[in-house]
Amino acid sequence: MIDTAISAPYVKPAGRGQNLRFYGMWVVAAISLVVLPLVFSSGGSITSFSLIGIAIVFALSYNILLGQTGLLSFGHAVYYGLGGFLAIHMMNLIVAHKWPIPLPFIPLIGGFGGLAFAVVIGWVVTKRAGTVFAMISLGIGELVGSSSLILRSVFGGESGITTDRTSLPHMFGWSFGPQIQVYYLISFWLMVSAILMYALTRTPVGRMCNAVRDNPERVEFIGYDPHVVRYLACCFAGFFAGIAGGLAAVNFEIANSAYLGAVQSGMVLFATFIGGTAQFFGPILGAILVTYLQLGLANVTTVWQLYFGIIFIGIVMFAPRGIAGLVMLHRPLIRAGTLGMMIPSYLLSLLPTLALVCGGVLAIETAARYTQSEGEGKVVHLFGMPFDSTSLTTWAIAAALIVGGFLVARITWRRVAEAWDRATTAARDRGCLA
Amino acid sequence: MLELIVISTLNGVLFGMLLFLLSSGLTVIFSMMGVLNFAHASFYMLGAFFGYQLTRWIGFWPALVLAPLLVGAVGMAVERYGLRNTHKHGHVAELLLTFGLAFAIEEIVSMIWGKSPVDYRVPAALDFPAFSLFSTNYPAYKIFMLAVSASIFVALLVVLKRTRVGLIVQAALTHPNMVSHLGHNVGRVFMLVFGVGSALAGMAGVIAGPALVTQSDMAGLLGPILFVVIVFGGLGSLPGAFIASLVIGLVQTFGVALNGSLASAFGPLDPSLGPSVLTDIWNVTIAQIAPILPYLLLVLMLIVRPMGLLGTRET
Repeated sequence: MIDTAISAPYVKPAGRGQNLRFYGMWVVAAISLVVLPLVFSSGGSITSFSLIGIAIVFALSYNILLGQTGLLSFGHAVYYGLGGFLAIHMMNLIVAHKWPIPLPFIPLIGGFGGLAFAVVIGWVVTKRAGTVFAMISLGIGELVGSSSLILRSVFGGESGITTDRTSLPHMFGWSFGPQIQVYYLISFWLMVSAILMYALTRTPVGRMCNAVRDNPERVEFIGYDPHVVRYLACCFAGFFAGIAGGLAAVNFEIANSAYLGAVQSGMVLFATFIGGTAQFFGPILGAILVTYLQLGLANVTTVWQLYFGIIFIGIVMFAPRGIAGLVMLHRPLIRAGTLGMMIPSYLLSLLPTLALVCGGVLAIETAARYTQSEGEGKVVHLFGMPFDSTSLTTWAIAAALIVGGFLVARITWRRVAEAWDRATTAARDRGCLA
Repeated sequence: MLELIVISTLNGVLFGMLLFLLSSGLTVIFSMMGVLNFAHASFYMLGAFFGYQLTRWIGFWPALVLAPLLVGAVGMAVERYGLRNTHKHGHVAELLLTFGLAFAIEEIVSMIWGKSPVDYRVPAALDFPAFSLFSTNYPAYKIFMLAVSASIFVALLVVLKRTRVGLIVQAALTHPNMVSHLGHNVGRVFMLVFGVGSALAGMAGVIAGPALVTQSDMAGLLGPILFVVIVFGGLGSLPGAFIASLVIGLVQTFGVALNGSLASAFGPLDPSLGPSVLTDIWNVTIAQIAPILPYLLLVLMLIVRPMGLLGTRET
């Protein structure tokens, strides 16, 4: 059923150098998490880093389902949201009863919230794989999302439930009032969850998940129940999604029904798929990009969600392995040193493709301004130039850029494909590509 | 009480028939191509908005014909230039493509027509009470909706069971390879079926638009229910989709109409207990839980019979 997935990286008997490189990568990641807020120390960027950290944990947990087990879920935010709500309630209880549980352990409680729900509901949800699983997860997501508005005492209705993270017992003398301290809390849990989730892919359970994704029938023949394996994957994914929800609860000090909603589920799907599901680092890239776009684009344009949809459709159609897949495609070329053969054709196709993109952006922005121009006038400022959305010239320019750009770009794309063939053939000759 | 039962049954059957206009297309598309079209409810929304716009330009009756045709053309383009190219990446990629499309269509619609409901009115020729039942006036437009959806249902049945095209479609449902071996252009059949399915969804949108609210979130509200219908009825089963449509339509309509709660049946809880989950459940009315009833039915069905009502397929 799932043809897009590719097998997990083959585990070579690692030599000493490879071991060093592997641990080096994790150490570099940890150091950069520590150093980042020192380099970009403005309040806005630290807030963004915190959001990105939460999104990464969430997207990685989603990839346990989508990438590792081949289960496409449209209701993953349920575990995230329930973890967040449990964390919020726990924080309020701790304050009320003066329990000696400091704030840094709250995300773990959120994780157990997500896990508990996955244990209960997961058995029914994972009965079937494939399309039916997708539909059931959507139904469960809607069910929980709508129920959250009915059970007001637990979910606080529309306004949600608030808390105050600074009134919890302090740890190491940190009050977790300033955002920078919350950032380090998030980074800590990000590092821990990422290492655990990576380790999970290397355990027999993780391998069985891959097997269930690729060939459930054969898994049954060798004596495993695919349903049980899917259920385990769902529990792990629920646990880590709950941790992300707990982190969000700590970060925002509020949990509301939007945490559980379809929008949240859609966003994590976008992030994971755009980043790429076949590599472990794919969802990390995707979460960074999607969160950054969410924060950045929303300030620039009113129709930022449309760009999101278009980017997603583009990735599904032209690069179904995501950004990480595109990167990995070039790895054998880099190793063989034939990447240089690609660069001229890439540069050549860059210009018409850019024209095509600019034309599309111009058309969307003018259309948006033309139809919803309340109090903003009819002039769109784009690329530092003013465009009148009512004048015919603007539309003509957009059309010319799109059509002309597409026609020229198609020729250059063909050249890219030819160059690609040459480069891969050369790489194969040098033994760097199977 | 009798009044409530009669009116709700009428409304429920009407909503069920509308759901079937959508779920029939979705089911046929799914069985033929293996694609669960996430954007199907978006085509329904496009139908409503095209209908609204065309009604303003050229009147309701031409719009009733033109808008579904336009939506069908959009659907065919999606199949030809989107799904056909994505097919090689597998069903999940196809499902994701339609998911992205649903997202993009909602954004485009709210970009063009705004996020608030548009003023899509019942045409003047049909704006009168058809009959009075007890004390309620039943609008003629709803009878018209019922007539349109029932006649489409009959037409669909005749085409599928009595014509050559229907024969090929039926054959392609179960034996797609055999059909293409026999020399039929399966690609074109797919495109046609996708177009007709979207046109049916568009038709549902055009006639439902004036009666329900025409707004950019209407696809997001109806879409999940649609999936409940086809999973409940059994994926790939047209009779199942029909029964499930009616069941869900009736359940939802009766749910909304009933105002009872546990508190009204057994008296209010002791106030000294304070607010808790119990009081929430005790005080919630059936009308309030009506939106989640379909999902509860879905979960129940999956526990009792994972294949759905009349489903035979395992995947």
